Amino acid sequence: MSMSSHDSIGQRLFGWVDERFRIAPLIEFLRHKKVPMHRHTVWYYMGGVALFLFIVQVITGILLILYYKGDEATAFESVRFITTKVKFGWLIRSLHSWSANFMVFFVFVHMFSTFFARAFRKPRELTWMTGFLLLALAMGFGFTGYLLPWNELAYFATKVGTDITGAVPLIGNMAKLVLRGGEDVTGATLSRFYAIHIAILPALFSVLLGLHLIFVQRLGMHEPSFVEKLPPERKKMIPFFPNFLLRDMLLWLIVLNILLYLSVYFPWEIGEKADMFASAPEGIRPEWYFMFMFQTLKLIPAHVLLIEGEVLGIVGFGLVGVAWMFVPFWEKAIPSAKSRRTILVIGIISVTFIIGMTIWGYLV
Amino acid sequence: MKALRISTMITLALALVSGAALADGTSVSANEEVAPSDAEVARRAFLENDQCYQCHLEDENLPEHFFIDDIHMQANLSCAGCHGGDPASDDDEESMSEEAGFLGVPSRSEVPEFCGRCHSDIEFMRRYQPRIPTDQVNRYSTSLHGQLLSSGDDNVANCTSCHTAHGVLPASDARSSVHPLNVPSTCNSCHGDTDHMAGYDIPTDQYEQYAKSVHGVALLEKEDTGAPACNDCHGNHGALPPGISSVTQVCGHCHVNNLQFFEATPMARAFEDSELHGCEECHGNHGVARTSDEMVGTGDASVCMDCHDDGDDGSDAAGRIRAQLDSLTEVYGIALERQEEVNTKGMDDVDIGFILQEAHQSLIQARTLVHTFDPERVGPRTREGVEKSKSAIEIAESTIQEYSFRRRGFGMGTLFITILVIALFFRIRQMESS
Repeated sequence: MSMSSHDSIGQRLFGWVDERFRIAPLIEFLRHKKVPMHRHTVWYYMGGVALFLFIVQVITGILLILYYKGDEATAFESVRFITTKVKFGWLIRSLHSWSANFMVFFVFVHMFSTFFARAFRKPRELTWMTGFLLLALAMGFGFTGYLLPWNELAYFATKVGTDITGAVPLIGNMAKLVLRGGEDVTGATLSRFYAIHIAILPALFSVLLGLHLIFVQRLGMHEPSFVEKLPPERKKMIPFFPNFLLRDMLLWLIVLNILLYLSVYFPWEIGEKADMFASAPEGIRPEWYFMFMFQTLKLIPAHVLLIEGEVLGIVGFGLVGVAWMFVPFWEKAIPSAKSRRTILVIGIISVTFIIGMTIWGYLV
Repeated sequence: MKALRISTMITLALALVSGAALADGTSVSANEEVAPSDAEVARRAFLENDQCYQCHLEDENLPEHFFIDDIHMQANLSCAGCHGGDPASDDDEESMSEEAGFLGVPSRSEVPEFCGRCHSDIEFMRRYQPRIPTDQVNRYSTSLHGQLLSSGDDNVANCTSCHTAHGVLPASDARSSVHPLNVPSTCNSCHGDTDHMAGYDIPTDQYEQYAKSVHGVALLEKEDTGAPACNDCHGNHGALPPGISSVTQVCGHCHVNNLQFFEATPMARAFEDSELHGCEECHGNHGVARTSDEMVGTGDASVCMDCHDDGDDGSDAAGRIRAQLDSLTEVYGIALERQEEVNTKGMDDVDIGFILQEAHQSLIQARTLVHTFDPERVGPRTREGVEKSKSAIEIAESTIQEYSFRRRGFGMGTLFITILVIALFFRIRQMESS
């Protein structure tokens, strides 16, 4: 790309970069990438919203690190300091908490919309699998982040959560010890969770997210079968860049406004400082996205056919999780005539189960 | 046959006792069997062989208010432990004979010495409760009760009047007649009885007054056993009404600072010279009411004006002290309202709370310093409290401003985002229509 003296500064800067890194073809690729428009297009935005929320998490998280102290003696006080003394600290902390919950929610919505649309099928098997792992990591972010304010509820919920980990056959006890950094939830657990939350998980998440986005861009948006069947001239398409991206941004702005509203009017509570010697308070429950599993484990009898109920539940969830991740491979075995209905039924049962158990968990 | 009947009755009696214990809160499910403790097994065995208890039980002739959990019974000191006799013999003539050491029932005037045979014996009491005092009988003899008893008045209280005769429980036991929560009603059973008290020329409405007093409400309603019952001011075994020279000391036993301040004033000597009862003159005795700032100053409710006249030095000092207290309570009240406002808005009020704790402390100290009757000593403390309250108000107002700022900021942010959304919407429409 040649530069003339009449070019604007922006064009000259772009030319300077393009000359060295050849980014013009990438922009051309994005400009030529098309997104189909149909009655289910709305679900395409869910992944984008989740991505936006992840960006919010990264920015607010970095700001929180500036003041947060991941130590048993100072963690609670530092969160209190952030919310009461640091300029806009209250906003950053609340945004981080609300955005975390929204992110998990939108990742769930994104995953189920993909599942119902059977968008996991060839050639998007790896996109699905990386997406599923991203959900698992998002839940890991939630689990580790929940403890960081070192308040009473988080402390005991982590105790229960890590106890459940301990019930996993063979590796459970070791995993519990590694997570806790000892026999019990202590300052060592807090340090570990902090390290996992701000270093290990972000590293893994970034790699998987990068792969996921590359796969999405490379393969393009999945077209539902009713769009696929249409002749090309009847398919309505819009360019990914800038049209779809601008639509994405419009939704991001609305989500940002909702986050601001919640942060201002419903700031996230600090609670009471954790006291390791106090008895557990009433109403200990995990974050809402773990509730369906927690409630299910509570409902399973102590022993089922000589197997411990908790172990059975954990193994069951583990197997279902693995099966869910590998759905692109076993779904192929279902006759194509029955596939749509089978996936629809499995999806409805799963969503109903998750919502039902979550509501039940909060009611009891 | 007799043995069978006796053992059935023992079982029934023990079942009743166990039932009472369960009803007292030792909840045990219906199917759960509680194994008796070793001590309980030993006690059952002891009672089975105690012929005094067995015969009186069989004849339904156990003494009034007999309680099987009586502290003496718990220590296997059954009937014979006090009344003598031979509990091993089931022949009443033999067991209750002089040869067997039977003492019978003591008269009311004999009761203190009767109990004192053991309770004044250090060696004997050490076997049961090594730390228990053994001077009760001596102290009793110095009390008004004891003095009247020795002068031949059988109507006055002796040991059993307060402790009961056959249902004695330690004062730490909530069922005991001398448990702190029960002391006022125990004393009142005689002192509130007009017939019983006729001839003693003392009022009988102490309990009514006490129950409404700040002490009585704390003890009887709030069950705060730190609050004084009758015996905390009048003594236990050596019960005497506090005199003019001692009433201030009695109150000062708990209200230490008030006593020190009061005693250092010229008023203390003047009170004594005028035969005034120290604290009691302003606060009353049994019906001591919750204090208020209205008690100070020159108003109608002021106790200062009971003795002082308008315009004298005392009324001037009282007026100044009241003004100092009012200046603090007014600002402190405003600060509390501001804190409440901050709290209602869901903002952080912890720092305000800390400062207000200090302001409240200043207020308490200023109110205590009222007993110096010196405005120069009360003033610095009230000024300190005013400064702290003002500082709390300042923080509260800035927090309330922050609250409004957040909402205004959100409003502006929303406006900005809405404009952006609308602009984007039209831009997209324009792009897609072209």
